[in-house]
Amino acid sequence: MNINSNSYTYIFAIAMVIIVASLLSIAATSLKPFQDKNIELEKKSDILSSIGVIGENPELLFSEYITDQLVIQDGRVVSSDIAAFDIDMAAAVKESNNSRKVPLFKAEKNGNTFYVIPMRGTGLWGPIWGYVSLKGDGNTILGASFDHEKETPGLGAEISTPIFQDQFPDKVLFSQTRDGIEVRKGDAYGLQQVDGISGGTITSVGVQTMLEDCLVPYKEFLLKLADDEIEIPSDSILSVVLN
Amino acid sequence: MEINKPKEALFSKKNRKLLKDPMNINNPITVQVLGICSALAITVKLKPAIVMSLSVIVVMALANVITSLMRNMIPNRIRIIVQLVVVATLVILVDQVLKAFVYDVSKQLSVFVGLIITNCIIMGRIEAFSLGNTPWKSFLDGIGNGASYGLILIVVSFFRELLGNGTLYDYPVVEKLGLYDLGYHNNGMMLLPPMALIVVALIIWWQRSKTPSLIEKD
Repeated sequence: MNINSNSYTYIFAIAMVIIVASLLSIAATSLKPFQDKNIELEKKSDILSSIGVIGENPELLFSEYITDQLVIQDGRVVSSDIAAFDIDMAAAVKESNNSRKVPLFKAEKNGNTFYVIPMRGTGLWGPIWGYVSLKGDGNTILGASFDHEKETPGLGAEISTPIFQDQFPDKVLFSQTRDGIEVRKGDAYGLQQVDGISGGTITSVGVQTMLEDCLVPYKEFLLKLADDEIEIPSDSILSVVLN
Repeated sequence: MEINKPKEALFSKKNRKLLKDPMNINNPITVQVLGICSALAITVKLKPAIVMSLSVIVVMALANVITSLMRNMIPNRIRIIVQLVVVATLVILVDQVLKAFVYDVSKQLSVFVGLIITNCIIMGRIEAFSLGNTPWKSFLDGIGNGASYGLILIVVSFFRELLGNGTLYDYPVVEKLGLYDLGYHNNGMMLLPPMALIVVALIIWWQRSKTPSLIEKD
């Protein structure tokens, strides 16, 4: 057979593509559960690290520290078809901030209650995200962790380092003058200001915008916490069974 | 017509040469200067460098064997496409396996696993070697080239992690030796990509001073 004829070339190409395609789809489907599990574990350890819990077994620690997972919409706890943990923040932030349904994680550590809020926004080159954990008053920050997909190393990527994140504890989110945290150049003078990153201005501003934007749905809920008025009605609590 | 030759031993002198040559006089990085991009990018720490090396060895050996098995079936006009498809399939498989079983490493390697596809060493070896040689020889050639690529990666990342981070395979060597108390500081510049180039250059310098046959006569 002439392996350089047109018909042979076509047959060879078609057969090759079919074999390769089926091989890859078998591999992708059979490895999917393992990959999803890894992504879930990473999310859990991110949430935990924002309240200062770091350990080998995020699965176990998560069920130990995270006592409740709520879905919030426009300042209220609502019921939702999707469990709080499974909400895709990338899709959620595309909706207007009054209509989006967002998760809130309630944690107990050493007898104190904390609230963890997921964040997602845009940096210079791609998405940035993070978790901000609040003390029981729903206003004072316990800790914050940020991460990014492709910000410039040494510049914008510094938002994921302790140098930037360690400024957040004990700052407050809501005051008479503003909601959120202002990321400033050089003079972080108050309880709502942090120092931005030199050379990473656009990413720094991205963090500020992300905080402002992502806080909107939670605002009323968190302010009520501050007044100690809120009692979460038991029927709206979503008991989420993970796996 | 095939001529009956006496059967060659598995590890004959010629075959051993296939494994040995890439290590020194035909090294893909230091002599042929191929695959430099990934050599700069993932040599900050030993762990990703080792995983990357293993991935490249696996992909290169398998790609060489598969193309060699098909070498009498591949239509000449689409042979580059066929090579690409074979390599790309293997790379996607490796990427999926890493994502499933060593997730943190796969995150560090991020795009570079995908970029194994464009690693010139792999395409180069397929085109130059496995399309004209038997599967066993191609396998040895793949292992030889992959391993010598990995060797350079590991040497470079050894120095970059030790001098830049003070650790080796995440073990705090410098701290345990108590050098910080004596006023030692890590050299943060070692973590930046240009220093990988300089370390590679130092290796080339050392290699050429040991191997006179590599020095061009002008």
